[in-house]
Amino acid sequence: MHARVFVSLKRSVLDPQGKAVRGALETLGLKGIEDVRQGKFFDLELADGDPAERGRELDSLCQKLLANPVIEDYRIEWVT
Amino acid sequence: MMMEQNVAQSLGLTEEAFMKIAGVLGREPNVTELGMFGVMYSEHCSYASSKPVLKVFPTEGSRLLVRAGEGDAGVIDIGEGLALVFKIESHNHPSAVEPFQGAATGVGGIIRDVFTMGARPIALLNSLRFGRLESPRTQQLVRGVVGGIGFYGNVMGIPTVGGEVVFDETYDGNPLVNAMCVGVMKAEELTRARAEGEHNPVFYVGATTGRDGLGGASFASRDLSEASSADRPAVQVGDPFLEKLLLEACLELIQEGVVVSMKDMGAAGLVCSTSESAAAGGVGMKIDLEKVPRRAQGMTPYEILLSESQERMLLVIRKGEEQRARRIFEKWDLEAVEIGRVTDGDRFLVMNGSEVAADVPVSLLTRGAPVYEREAREVPQPVLSDEERRKLPQPRDWGAVLDRLLDSPTIASKRWVWEQYDHMVRTNTVVPPGADAAVLRLKGTRMALAVTCDGSGRYTALDPYRGGLLAVAESYRNLAACGAEPLAITNGLNFGNPQKPEVFWQFKRCVEGMAEACRVLETPVTGGNVSFYNENPAGAVDPTPIVGMVGILRDADRILTTGFKEQGDVVLLVGHLRDEIGASEYLKVIFGRKLGPVPMVNLPEEKALGSLMLDLAGRGLVRSSHDLSEGGLAVALAECAIKSSEGVGVKIEAGHWTQGLGWDALLFGEGAGRMLLTAKQEHEKEVLEAASRHGLPARRIGICHGREILIERVLQRSVEEMRHLYEGAFTRRLGETHVR
Amino acid sequence: MKFGVIVFPGTKCDHDCLQVLREVLGQEARPVWHKETGLAGFDCLVLPGGFSYGDYLRTGAIARFSPVMETVIQYAERGGAVIGICNGFQILLEAGLLPGAMLRNRTLSFICRDVTLRVDNAQTLFSSLYRAGEVIRMPIAHGEGNYYADSETLARLLGRRQIVLRYASPEGELTERDNPNGSLASIAGIVNERGNVLGLMPHPERASEAALGGEDGRRLFESLIHSLKT
Repeated sequence: MHARVFVSLKRSVLDPQGKAVRGALETLGLKGIEDVRQGKFFDLELADGDPAERGRELDSLCQKLLANPVIEDYRIEWVT
Repeated sequence: MMMEQNVAQSLGLTEEAFMKIAGVLGREPNVTELGMFGVMYSEHCSYASSKPVLKVFPTEGSRLLVRAGEGDAGVIDIGEGLALVFKIESHNHPSAVEPFQGAATGVGGIIRDVFTMGARPIALLNSLRFGRLESPRTQQLVRGVVGGIGFYGNVMGIPTVGGEVVFDETYDGNPLVNAMCVGVMKAEELTRARAEGEHNPVFYVGATTGRDGLGGASFASRDLSEASSADRPAVQVGDPFLEKLLLEACLELIQEGVVVSMKDMGAAGLVCSTSESAAAGGVGMKIDLEKVPRRAQGMTPYEILLSESQERMLLVIRKGEEQRARRIFEKWDLEAVEIGRVTDGDRFLVMNGSEVAADVPVSLLTRGAPVYEREAREVPQPVLSDEERRKLPQPRDWGAVLDRLLDSPTIASKRWVWEQYDHMVRTNTVVPPGADAAVLRLKGTRMALAVTCDGSGRYTALDPYRGGLLAVAESYRNLAACGAEPLAITNGLNFGNPQKPEVFWQFKRCVEGMAEACRVLETPVTGGNVSFYNENPAGAVDPTPIVGMVGILRDADRILTTGFKEQGDVVLLVGHLRDEIGASEYLKVIFGRKLGPVPMVNLPEEKALGSLMLDLAGRGLVRSSHDLSEGGLAVALAECAIKSSEGVGVKIEAGHWTQGLGWDALLFGEGAGRMLLTAKQEHEKEVLEAASRHGLPARRIGICHGREILIERVLQRSVEEMRHLYEGAFTRRLGETHVR
Repeated sequence: MKFGVIVFPGTKCDHDCLQVLREVLGQEARPVWHKETGLAGFDCLVLPGGFSYGDYLRTGAIARFSPVMETVIQYAERGGAVIGICNGFQILLEAGLLPGAMLRNRTLSFICRDVTLRVDNAQTLFSSLYRAGEVIRMPIAHGEGNYYADSETLARLLGRRQIVLRYASPEGELTERDNPNGSLASIAGIVNERGNVLGLMPHPERASEAALGGEDGRRLFESLIHSLKT
């Protein structure tokens, strides 16, 4: 099983990297950019198992380690 | 035969070298062996072109514990049972291709060279040279290189305490990134990269081996061309966290006394670290590549041997101590694998499981490299003729000239750069970056270490011999200005393609100049690095020797600093005043002219200046000191005022001290051997007498006064205005890295 | 007093803290390896600065799961004194011993320099030898010291006087200009509700000797020693 976890700063939190990238894009002449948010993703290769159970485990790992819920949101995507 | 020879050529081996190898082996070398010889015989590893020239460096001295060429870094005895270990290394080509990682891994490499000798690294410095800061490409390089240096040093917890940053169009497209590391250790813990003792196990420790950086050593030995971008895999990614673990583990292993030999796997990776360790100990070695931890699938013996993956070390452990060693590796979460044994004789046997991958004599691989006597052809030196000099328009406003110099990136404050480096960690940094030299206390002693890293590109381009002299003399003066006794140097020599006779002549003359300066100033050469092929499509960069010099202050309470201290102190200028404006920043920035003659150097007087400063510092007669360099007297005065914590200014007195010289030479000439001092009024006579005893001219030129630099009817600038220009030059061009 | 200075892989300010505690303040102090558990006999645990585990996931995120942290959490919950400096502060945040989180500096660069700080609460274990409102100097050295908390948390911090140090001008004013990293409400250091856990971005151990250019940081350690003695 292959899962991809996306982590990015919450909407309510200022994202200085995203802001810098937006500035750079504008300098390069790309107009009309409303906002840029930066994030990261993790590719996880998991041993096969019950999808629901694996999902719960991964969700709990996201909250504990992969994302910091104080500032970050995360999203899990299952790749088949 | 033809085919192997073609392979040999593509690996950089000459026909002559190939024939010699085949002759000694009594057979044709296989492809793996050719790869090993190719990389070991490359300029980067074998110093094929530079070796005959570097022989002129003085490498003897009573303090030297390890001579140049004997270890990864130079080692000097500083008393009280302590030794300093230090070296410079360049990472120019990787930094041009990928500035952040190129610079970061350069720092990583030089740190490993120091801790493999058994020393704890305590300071990093660097000499950086870029093209015009106004160009977007340069800005990107500056951000990347500074970011990469900061990243590696900051994570390692080694303070980056000083260095230099110079901008000149000659470096457009080929920046120079030279990193220096200084370590300190108990002299008895000195460890060598010298394999000994038949049957002792050989350990591979650290990161896994991948295809990254394949052929980096030969990469560094080629011109930088458009093709380099396609070589992108030749750039490695640094992992300072892993290196921090390696550092702590290696120092612990040395303290436990289980290490026979330790060597970094840097350029030419496994093949160089194994064969050179064996050569140094006069032994053979047998290794098995199947045991080498890998991160890529299906790697060939050739790839495993030549990979330049970062953060790897080769250790020879005392037989019977394997378990103790393993426990320490485990404590630091490091992967350590026994890959072979030390053997008797001169045989380097590389197995790949049960198959022989390579079987060659250690001596042929390490000492058989051909040495080239390159052709040298003198280059005429462009000078500003007397007539041209007379025709130069005299600026109407000397203050405006000073403003432009203070705002020029080469002279301006580098705070933007060094505030991105943790320069305080380990709590030894007594004089932070931005001074003539960085000063660090040595805990547990009364001593302090003074260290500087300086180069001379323009001077060397205009007159290689004097450029060499000045590179050493300026470093010497920087240490003297802090009240330190200069002890020894390491160097980084950055030149173009040595196969061009003009370039080789520059190299030769520059080394001769440096050697002469080191002899007279009694600062022997402990080692260094040569980087050739610093060229881009527009031509070779200015030949740029970098000198890293270390010195000691016996009493850490007697450090001299740059800033003016108090109103009413007298301002004294030591050294000759000469009508010299050649090769100056003034000519360059104001008139766009890069012409000699380069200022003359009188080495015995430089030495006398060093003795005078030691004398004055020891007697506590001087309140501030600063040597005159780029931008001459005017910039030195401005810097002393800007760096004064109280914002103390200076009033220059009219009078015969000017010797009738024009204001251009007086204010902006870059004559060597000069120092600007302040002293309490009651000590003026004593200081001037001391100078005279040391055979040096000195005179009072003014007094600390007000909050401005004032030379009546010539120049008047407030300290605040000057500080704004000087401190803001980088931010104005690069934007804020931070508020304030 | 006996201090434990916790060493994670990648910790770099452990030597500096040990030196100040032992040599400058004459206290007993020993390094505590992150694999140690069941710590006993310490009067204060210090989590020093550095890049634990390279800070590769998020600052402090991996160190927070080191074996020693279990004990640190228990120790803090029993009321033991804990100081987290720089990376140590980040670890305390990740471990939930202090509220909030750290973002990258708004300049996106590492910043190492002296800053001026205002002492907002001089009645904690760690600040009793400062005057309330006093402006002090200490260096910062970090890339991620931009403190963030949601508005309720901030209100609680303010209401319960948990903010100990704030970036301020030499005159003690909170301005954007003097806030080096963009921290919310110029926050540089906070305590937990109970007041026994302090986290701060500035480095007091680098400002404990005149030879290094400042001694304001030493009073932080002295406050604790004084508070715990009396």
